[in-house]
Amino acid sequence: MKKFVTLLLGVTMSLGLVACGGTPAAQTSSQPSAAGSTPTAQAASQSKVTGSVTASGSSALLPLVQVAAEDFMNKNPDCSVTVNGGGSGTGLKNVAEGAVDIGNSDVFAEEKLDATTASGLVDHKVCTVTMAAVVNKSLGVDNLTTQQITDIFTGKITNWKDVGGPNLDIMLVTRPTSSGTRALFKTWALNGVEEASNSALETDDSGTLMETVESNEGAIGYVALSYLVKDTKVQAVSIDGVAPTLENTYNGTYKVWGYEHMYTKGDGSEAAQAFIQYMMSDEFASNIEAMGYGASSKLSDTAVNSHK
Amino acid sequence: MTKQRSGGLGPQNSTAYRLKKEYLGRGAVTVCGILIILLTLSIGIFLLVKGTGTFTKYHHSVWEFLFSADWSPMDRADQGGGTVGAAIYICGTFLTCGLALLIAAPFSLAAAVFMTEISPKTGSRLFQPAVEIFVGIPSVVYGWIGLTVLVPFIRDVFGAKMGGFSVLAAGIVLAVMIFPTITTVSADAIRSVPWDYRNAAYGMGSTRWQVIYHIVFPAARPGIFTGIILGLSRAVGEALAVAMVIGKTRAFPANLLSPTNNLTAAIAADMGNSADGGEHNLALWSMALLLFSFSMLFIFIIHRISRKGRDRDKA
Repeated sequence: MKKFVTLLLGVTMSLGLVACGGTPAAQTSSQPSAAGSTPTAQAASQSKVTGSVTASGSSALLPLVQVAAEDFMNKNPDCSVTVNGGGSGTGLKNVAEGAVDIGNSDVFAEEKLDATTASGLVDHKVCTVTMAAVVNKSLGVDNLTTQQITDIFTGKITNWKDVGGPNLDIMLVTRPTSSGTRALFKTWALNGVEEASNSALETDDSGTLMETVESNEGAIGYVALSYLVKDTKVQAVSIDGVAPTLENTYNGTYKVWGYEHMYTKGDGSEAAQAFIQYMMSDEFASNIEAMGYGASSKLSDTAVNSHK
Repeated sequence: MTKQRSGGLGPQNSTAYRLKKEYLGRGAVTVCGILIILLTLSIGIFLLVKGTGTFTKYHHSVWEFLFSADWSPMDRADQGGGTVGAAIYICGTFLTCGLALLIAAPFSLAAAVFMTEISPKTGSRLFQPAVEIFVGIPSVVYGWIGLTVLVPFIRDVFGAKMGGFSVLAAGIVLAVMIFPTITTVSADAIRSVPWDYRNAAYGMGSTRWQVIYHIVFPAARPGIFTGIILGLSRAVGEALAVAMVIGKTRAFPANLLSPTNNLTAAIAADMGNSADGGEHNLALWSMALLLFSFSMLFIFIIHRISRKGRDRDKA
């Protein structure tokens, strides 16, 4: 019994400690917190940040935020950054409730939250994500027109021979309806036309999707460019002759991309602000690109204007 | 016990002593028990509140939810106007679980008979532990093996169109998963059939198979049914392994080789991304409530069976 009581006490105490640690003791010393989303706050990452930052949400953004968190913690040993997935809806809900400091999302908060809740959140467009349609390497198709790709994903074209490929049934591999990736692809690649869900395999996991495309000759799906950086087992498809690359995203010729958002409630804690500034800094931009995401700062005006 | 309670004298009856020996333990157990009951109740109430939102907040009919295949709920907080027909998911759950049961039940019963009646020694030394290990294998492992071995196999051997993701794959994976549950519970039921029954039958000149078929099976029937229903409820609730091999296509399957979707996989795929409190989100909660009612139903049936079994034993 005594042991039990001790244990109980121990648990309570550690819970208390965690709760205390959770309160952002963020003291970015003299930094007058360059609030807002200016990516120029290089200085913020040089002065030591203390406290803790929690983030949850988008699984598309997760790998990048995890790398950023590691780098950030190496530079600021007194600050702990915890990142979880859970999906864009979860991230937005959590940040709106104040359960986390940062909510990661593939979509604008207005699309998932009611207007009043969304207006309390501040959007930081930390990077861009470019989507590419992918097919099996042995298929021999590497370019499709917007019309063809729309017809394929809406189920109008069901055989590759209609788009210049072999006589082979098309196997659609898409995303769940609530997926941010799907919403992005629908808006920018399919001209807003809803995909045919009744003839497509669905998976939210890009790894599984790549696996399926790799092992089925007639399969077509779409993934973020970040999944194509190291993996060349599938063929990325150009749309209207424009290859899905970061360069083409920046200069505005390839249009299937979207912003990745990090939302804070109000301006957020100072530690959270410092972390977001680090993610948007020029210092981290090379990491962003190495992982296949795009740096918001490098977008040309053409690109920015096309996505307003 | 009664002596102490009747209130004699001596140190054994001091309050401190009784506190230590009696009330403290009893109190802890009671508190834990009540906590668990409260937890179960609150989960039920929570699901009920969330799950009925589809019908109260967005005014869909239960009929539409259960029998319509038209699924395109709005995914925005506080905005309705979509459709929430979950018939495809419900059908997918029934089909995969039914198929799993069809595959697993004969094998499980045969295995249970083998390890209890035919070869009890090998059964208890080798077979039983092996089957019990099966229970402990995490479902993701089953799913993964299904994805890497079974799905390509179905594609190559049966020429399944959608790459082998199919009702058949889901049924087989589930069958393997529920096989140990049904086997162990059935084996226990068969073991608990009194030896007198068997001896009486042998005494009348029955062969071993006649004893098994005409005496042991009927006597162990309630236990066997309980095992089957426990297996079924595990199959109904399994999300991960099924989601990996079913293909998650929102259409009724044309045949066993077509992909479809089921309740658990659909919930798992969309729960994180859908807007909280939105039509889509609440429709998923309604599906969760439906799953919860299934498992309540199963538990109810199990209780009915075991009570019937007891009544018959008394008679």
